[in-house]
Formats: sequence, structure tokens, C-alpha cells
Amino acid sequence: MTKKTKQKRLSFAEFAATAKYQKILRKRYRQEKIFKSLGFFAIVFSIVFLFTLIANITMKSRGAFSATVVQMPIFFSHDILKENDAEFLAQANYRKLLLDNIKNHFSEASYSRRNKVKIFHFFSKDSTLDLKEHIIANPEHIGTTQLIWLKTSSNIDQYYKEHTRYIDPFYESLIHKYFNQDAMKISYSWNYFTNGDSTEAELAGVATAIVGSLFTMIIFLAISFPLAVLLALYLEEFSPKNKLTDLIEININNLAAIPSIIFGLLGLAIFINFFEMPRSSALVGGFTLSLMVLPTIVISTRNAIQAIPQNIKDAALGMGASNIQVALHHTLPLALPGILTGTILAVARAIGETAPLLMIGMIAFIVDVPKGFTDPTTVLPVQIYLWSNNPEIGFVEKTSATIMLLLVFLVLFNGLAIYLRNKFSKRW
Amino acid sequence: MSFIFTKKHFAAQGSVASGKISAIPNYYGYCAVLWIALATLITAIFLNQVTDLSAQIFALIATTFTIGTNLLMRKKISGAFNARKHFEKIFLNILRVISLVSIIITFMIVFSILTEAIKFFSQVSLTSFLFGTKWSPQVAMHSGGSGSSGSFGAVPVFVGTLLITAIAIIIAVPFGILSAIFLTEYSSKRFRNIAKPILEILAGVPTVVYGYFAAFTVAPFLKVFLAKFNLDIAAESALAAGLVMGIMIIPFILSLSDDVMNAVPQALREASYAMGCTKSETIKKVVIPAALPGISGAVLLAISRAIGETMIVTMAAGLNANLSFNPLDSVTTATAQIVTLLVGDQEFDSVKTLAAFALGITLFVITLALNFAALLIVRKYREKYD
Repeated sequence: MTKKTKQKRLSFAEFAATAKYQKILRKRYRQEKIFKSLGFFAIVFSIVFLFTLIANITMKSRGAFSATVVQMPIFFSHDILKENDAEFLAQANYRKLLLDNIKNHFSEASYSRRNKVKIFHFFSKDSTLDLKEHIIANPEHIGTTQLIWLKTSSNIDQYYKEHTRYIDPFYESLIHKYFNQDAMKISYSWNYFTNGDSTEAELAGVATAIVGSLFTMIIFLAISFPLAVLLALYLEEFSPKNKLTDLIEININNLAAIPSIIFGLLGLAIFINFFEMPRSSALVGGFTLSLMVLPTIVISTRNAIQAIPQNIKDAALGMGASNIQVALHHTLPLALPGILTGTILAVARAIGETAPLLMIGMIAFIVDVPKGFTDPTTVLPVQIYLWSNNPEIGFVEKTSATIMLLLVFLVLFNGLAIYLRNKFSKRW
Repeated sequence: MSFIFTKKHFAAQGSVASGKISAIPNYYGYCAVLWIALATLITAIFLNQVTDLSAQIFALIATTFTIGTNLLMRKKISGAFNARKHFEKIFLNILRVISLVSIIITFMIVFSILTEAIKFFSQVSLTSFLFGTKWSPQVAMHSGGSGSSGSFGAVPVFVGTLLITAIAIIIAVPFGILSAIFLTEYSSKRFRNIAKPILEILAGVPTVVYGYFAAFTVAPFLKVFLAKFNLDIAAESALAAGLVMGIMIIPFILSLSDDVMNAVPQALREASYAMGCTKSETIKKVVIPAALPGISGAVLLAISRAIGETMIVTMAAGLNANLSFNPLDSVTTATAQIVTLLVGDQEFDSVKTLAAFALGITLFVITLALNFAALLIVRKYREKYD
């Protein structure tokens, strides 16, 4: 105390001129700069991560939409195929046809029983289908030799595209031979979009998953959208202020924050074990997701309804409309853009949801595209999960491509939501 | 079914169009539709429960029933009958019933998971589940199906969950809050308009994508990177999963703390500037303390999300329950265990599958408590400034 009083008191201007003050000031400004750049760095970090993720997956997905094909002279022998008999052509032994042709084509010294198997595996299992399609489209080719482009198997496909992986030297020589004859190329194919799942990477496609996702979406929208909108309407416009309403409100907020896997457990215990709905079907998936989506739609609907100004409601009431008429004729239609935006965002979230669907058995290996809501099916994110467990590089491509597809869907959904928001949002 | 619906709708409308009426004709139609819908619904539920009739008989009975109700309605529908009031009464009652849906859902969750969990605890004692340190449900499965008490100790699972959550939070909280500070306090409006949607994309990416990225890109990268420092990392490490999960949660914390910081009154900031504080000093000493309750609520919600996150840990963290606090080790989490226990075609009554429900109920209780705490904190905070 005594020391301080003894010191000469400086005026602020004098104090500001001292070296000590300047030093403190510099330090404070430096801290300011550091703090600001920390914030900037944090944002840049997230953005860089996002772009790394997308770039990485795009790179990996390149090969999924194309297949390597090889040109082979094929003799469509009379012994195996019958002319003018469409029924027979549909069921003929194309495997034997291919094998015979391979035998004739590789009549070199190198041809042994072991190599025969190898050569057969050079081609995709789908290549017999190529033969079938060709001969059904051109039955006049029976008995002639034609140059046909055949799909190669996943290993060959990968090697040809990347040139990096190890491959059997026998195959390598074959590839070089074909390549030098200009008999090998990469052709773009729609297989990825038209096929169901498969154990062969080059045949696997997302048709099942896309249809399954669509079916599931229809179900959960049909259930949760009307329920959620009416529930929100009740809470906003008609509910009395009491303990029950409070409970419902807290409950909805809590439901929205419950981990999605819990809903999966619920779906498993209630829908499958208790109600005995068909396992892995879009029906169960839709029911389970509808419970998950419901609170989200309720919350966004309530926000949209809250944004409607009171004087519109008052005007309608003044004209003699009843409370319900006001709600149905004015509040809901005016809130609809907001409700739809919220719903689309909720759908976008539910479309990417995996965990609850794993619980209810949507993880099965399904080749056929589902025809109804009760057929076993799978959805896009679960398909990603399934394929990601397969280390084969062909599946890595498919996984990445499916991720890209899912992301494209999500961007479309979000874009639609933003468009709706911008187009219809009103500032009251 | 919907066909019958529409038909009845038009029939009812047509039948009333000629009479003298005390409400708009449409309401008579609505009335009829509501009643018939209700009747059909009840019939459908009833028939479904009682017998397994073929679809045709089912449709037939439903149709006759609805036609009966329709005739009944026609008798009642006369000019004196105020259909609007009637309709509104029914409508309001329907709304009341629907408002209970959320409670029913919660009840169903608790009920379904609890009954299975109770079955589990009748075979494995609660204390051995909560305090046991060995988790190997697969072994119990093979030794005759009944759980030996040592195999269902959930401590390693909880520790693993905690470890990964901690890593995620350590990443997400500073990055999330710093980003929020930069966006609310420093950035130009233009930058904010670009950066915020991009960060929201990060929040919209499905978790299975993060899981894939964590398992097949981040984990190998970490292995190579840490090998330079002579550190050995497990192929399925807690670090990779936690890291990616943290990044996933950043936008979540960002948007929540963005809201609370925007809610801090401008007057507080200006008072601080008037005292000669720099911007960062104002933020550190005024804005953040004022927003702290809201931010801590956000962090609690983030923790609850990290605990409940499934796909990232299923794909990137391990499945073996190691009791370890080392982020480089492979650990497992409650959600990952639930997935591995329930995926596949096994009996639903084995101890193994029941264990998943026991984990599920624990998860449910923990996240519920966290959400509830967060809600209370946020509510209290809102009242302070409103």
C-alpha cells in the first residue's frame, strides 16, 4: 500500500506513452490476431476435411460405371443352339458355348486343364449373358463366327483399369496380347444401376437398394407426415396448457435426441417379434424410420406454424371462422412451405440412416429387386455398409460409387428444401 | 381400401347436396368420411387380430360394414344436423388422440427394451453386468446358451464408449466453438453465407459414409503417420473412430453455440468495448461466460450424440472388448456391440441377443439423462435473457 501511494500518478496520456503500456498493448493485439486466426483455422479445418472426404470417395468410385470388355471370335455352334426356337435359345447352355469357344481359341501349347479354368475365370460370369442377348437379338448368327465384346472378371477389370495390382502372370500375358490386338477396351455400362447385389464385384449393382430406399421412404412419409403435422397443429393451436401438454413437449424434444439405434431395437422387439411383420422388408424399415422422423417433422412444423402472424388468424376469426377452420384454411396452408422444408430435411436424414435398419435385418444379401413393400430388400446406406466389408477392390469402387449416389440424393433433397425456403418464405 | 373411401366420400356429398342444410355441404361429406374411415380402421384392426382370413373375405366384410355405417349416417344427416360442429368435434378428438402418439412411442421404447432387458437380467445378475470386467458374449453363446457370469461384464464396453466419446468431444468442442466464434463475431457476412452451408453439409453426410472414411482412409493414414513416431496403432483404433466422430459433431456444436452466442445481448459486448477491451477479450471474458449455460447444454447434447453414434464405431472401432484407456488400442462401444450381437439370423431369446437389449436400455437411460439435463440448462438460460 505504502509503495503504491509513493509512486507518482501518471495521467492516462503519459501512461499510454510508456514502453510498458506499449508492450502490453502489442501483446493484446497479438492475442487478438492469434484468437481470430484460430477461429478461421477451425473453419478451414472442417471444410478441408469435407473436401478430402469427397475427393477421396470420388477418386475411388471412378471405375464403378465402366467395365473392361474383350473382343473374342465366338462360333455359335448348331450343336448347342437351335435356330428359330426362341424358348430353347433362352435356356441354352451358354456356359458350354463359351467353354467350347475358349477351347478352340486357345488351342496353343499353353492350353492345359489348369489354364482352361483360368481362362474361363478371365471372363465375367455375366459374359454368358452377353452371348445370350446377342444371339436372341441376332438369331441369324447361329452357325457363324462373330466378334463379340465380352465382359472380363473383376480381377482383370481392375488390373486393366489401374495397372497397379498384382495379377497372375498368365493373365498378364493374355491382357497384353489382347491389348496389342486392340481387342480390349473400357466400355461404360449401366449394370451398376440395373443390377441387384451380387457376389461378383463386376455384377453388383444398386437397383435393389434404390428401390428399397424408395419404398421405405414412401412408407415412413405416409405414416409420419400426417401424424406429425396434426400433432404439431394440436400442440400449437388447440392444446390446453397443462401437465400433459408439457410432458408431450418434453417427450418430443427427447425423442428427437434419442440415438437412432434405439429405434432399431424398438423396431426389432415390437414390429418383428411382436407384430411379426416380414423381416428385412421395406414395411418394417418404413415403420421404424417413421418413429424416428416423427419428432423432427413435429419440431419443424411447430416452428413454421409459430412464424404465422397472429393478425391473419385474428382476421379469419373476425370473419366468423371457427378455430378449426382457421387452422385448416389459413394456418396450415401458410405454414406449408416451412413444413415441407422441414420434412424434406428430415427425409434426407432418414434416407442416410443405417443403424436402425441393420437391427431389423435389412442387411440380408438380396439379388432381386423388391416388387412390393413386404419383399425383403435393402437400402442405399446399408448396401454401403455391406459392400464396405468386402475388401475386393471391385467392391471398393462400388461402395464409393454408392456413397457418391447417396450424397447426390442428399444434395438434391437439401437443394429442394433450400429452393422451397427461398421461394416461398415470407417475412411477415 | 382407399377406393372405398373416395367412393363413399362422393356418395355422401351427393346425397346431401339436395337437402336443406345448416352447414356447407362439404362438411357432411367430411363427417361421413371420418366415420367410415374410423369404422373401416376398427374393422381392419379387429379382423387382423382375430382371424387370418383371406384378403377377399376381409375386403368384403369391410365393405359391408362401411356401407352399413354409411346408411346410418344418411339417416342422421338432415338439414337440422350441424355437420360442421360435429366434424370439428371429431377432428379435435382425433387430434387429441394423435397428440398421445409421442408418448406411446416412448412407452413402446421403454416397454419393448425393458422387457427384453429384464429377461437378460434374470439370467445375468445386474451387478455382474454393471461391474464385471470381462465382455465376451460369443463365448457364452457357445457354452450352452446360458450366460456364465463372467462373460457379460459391461465395464470394458462402457470404457470403450467413454474413450471414443472423449476423443470426439476433445476434437469437436474446441473446433466447434472456435468456428462459431469466428462466424458470429469476426467473419464478414459473405464468408458466413458461404462457410455455414458447407459446414451444414458436413452435418448432413450419413454416418455410414463417415464410418467408411474412418475405417478405410483415416485409419490407414494414422497408421502410416504414427509409424514415423515409432508408435504402433491398432488397425481398428479408438483414435480413428473418435477423430472422425469428432469432426462429424463439429457442425452440431457449431450451430447450437452459434445460436446461444447470437442470443447474448449486444449491449453486453458494447459495454465491454467501452471499457477498452479488444474483441477477443470481450469474447473470452463477456460473451462466452454469458453463453456458457447454452454452450454446456450443447456439449451435453453432443456427448449424448457421440455415445449413441453407431455406424462410425461399428465400422472403424474394434469388436473386441479390451479394457483400455489407450486411444491407440482397439476398443469397442455399446452401440457397436448391439449391432454385432443382433445382426445375423440367430434366435431372439438367447442371452446373447438379450444382452444387446440390456446395453440398449443403458444407452437409452444415459442419453435420456443427458438430453434432459441439456434441456433444463438451455431452458433456464433462455429465461435469463428473454
